[in-house]
Amino acid sequence: MKSMTKQKPIEEIQQSLESLDKVFIVGCGTCTTLTNTGGVEQVDEMKDKLQEMGKWLTGAVVIPTACDDMTDVAMKENEQAIRSADCLLSMSCALGVHRMSLYLDIPVIPAVDTLFIGVEETPGLFREACAQCGQCLLGITAGVCPITACHKSLVNGPCGGTNNGKCEVDSEKDCAWTLIYNRLKEQNRLHLMHQYQPPRNHHITLQPKSMKIS
Amino acid sequence: MVSRFKEALDSGKFVITSEVAPPKGTNLEKMQHHIELLKDKVDGINITDHQSSAMRFPSLGGCLAVLESGGEAIMQMTCRDRNRMALEADLLFAYSRGVRNVLCLTGDAVPVGDHKEAKGVFDLDSLQLLNAIDCLAGGEDLGGNALDGAVEFCMGAIVTPEAEPLEPQLIKFEKKVEAGAEFFQTQAIYDLENFKKFMDYARKFNTKILAGIVLLSSARMAKYMTANVPGIFVPQELIDEMSAVPKEEMLAKGVEIAGRTIAALKKDNLCNGVHIMAIGREETVPDILAAAGI
Repeated sequence: MKSMTKQKPIEEIQQSLESLDKVFIVGCGTCTTLTNTGGVEQVDEMKDKLQEMGKWLTGAVVIPTACDDMTDVAMKENEQAIRSADCLLSMSCALGVHRMSLYLDIPVIPAVDTLFIGVEETPGLFREACAQCGQCLLGITAGVCPITACHKSLVNGPCGGTNNGKCEVDSEKDCAWTLIYNRLKEQNRLHLMHQYQPPRNHHITLQPKSMKIS
Repeated sequence: MVSRFKEALDSGKFVITSEVAPPKGTNLEKMQHHIELLKDKVDGINITDHQSSAMRFPSLGGCLAVLESGGEAIMQMTCRDRNRMALEADLLFAYSRGVRNVLCLTGDAVPVGDHKEAKGVFDLDSLQLLNAIDCLAGGEDLGGNALDGAVEFCMGAIVTPEAEPLEPQLIKFEKKVEAGAEFFQTQAIYDLENFKKFMDYARKFNTKILAGIVLLSSARMAKYMTANVPGIFVPQELIDEMSAVPKEEMLAKGVEIAGRTIAALKKDNLCNGVHIMAIGREETVPDILAAAGI
């Protein structure tokens, strides 16, 4: 499971760094390293780009994981260089940006956009497997999630846009409901597709979401 | 006031519906002209709801124009742009103004339309919308609260007889029948043998089927639809027939084919009626009906 990201256009990064001249870069050794968006190589490339923009780099580091409690330790190890910066440019996913913001008073500027939490299905191919909707239907949909795998998150069967097992928004994408149908048929459980699914509750966990574990 | 369209469905006659698309803008002249052209020739006029996810004057507004003209409106309602509260509210308003028929659709995806960055809502799907209408008819909203004045709609849905694979669509069709869909307007059908097979199945259910007739305006359009539109299959013979005539006669040929198809469906009593979609060529609908001998 990885947090999937893509690098923001350099123009957008430049705009975000307006009037922030001294920059400290943080990459992440976990997800953004794997997706080639915030590992050692990309941090080095970013250093060059920032220098071209005329920024002053106070330092750069790729920490093992930007989103756990070790982030605090990594921040402390680089305290001096971070303190002398106007901002921190994060090449981790948004979870890392959030975590680092908890420890720092200076702005943490994201250099990447976080797209989804992906599961590697085949080597190199990541798919969003769970939208954390709080109402898991996988037991009746043969393990294919209609919330993430159907463009419209339909729960009662396919729409009229499905075509030869593909989706109307992209002929490369599988139609979730064709997959569900095929798998339920194989399992001899097609009766499940005949069941009416009522409208979903969009507030099972009230936004903003949090949970205290005792 | 009851639904005249429902009366036509219940009468056992061969029912004719057609559709009109509202304008992109506030100039209603063309839409009103199409409504005038059709209102006395068909049993119901569908008004499309941001067809193909392209933003337009609303279906509800078009339906009011149909009613003002003395015609019978079938309000198309998709789940793409409104959450359940907005859908329910629009149903209450539509009913209060005399709309009596609703066609429930899930709606095309947002990215295929002209507001590609808009949020697709899909709080409900077509099936849940049918149930919502049933709920409002019973005097309650989806929150379980009592209504001061209920609705009474003749409600319908769509089905794609040529879908591939077909069975998942048929499962949904059956769920829609169970939810109370009184009529179905089908996706375009061209192959009567295939449609007969579908009707052998669909006839077993307590609902009315109006076969979708989409006017072929050119051989190119016929080929395009077969290749690109989900669930539409134009047999090669028809494409050849269209291709065999000069370009300027293709539309007339399309009218002839549509008329011929309708006449065959009616003659053999294959289904309960037809839904004619002329897609931008609404002027030809009276000619199609004439070609069908209606």
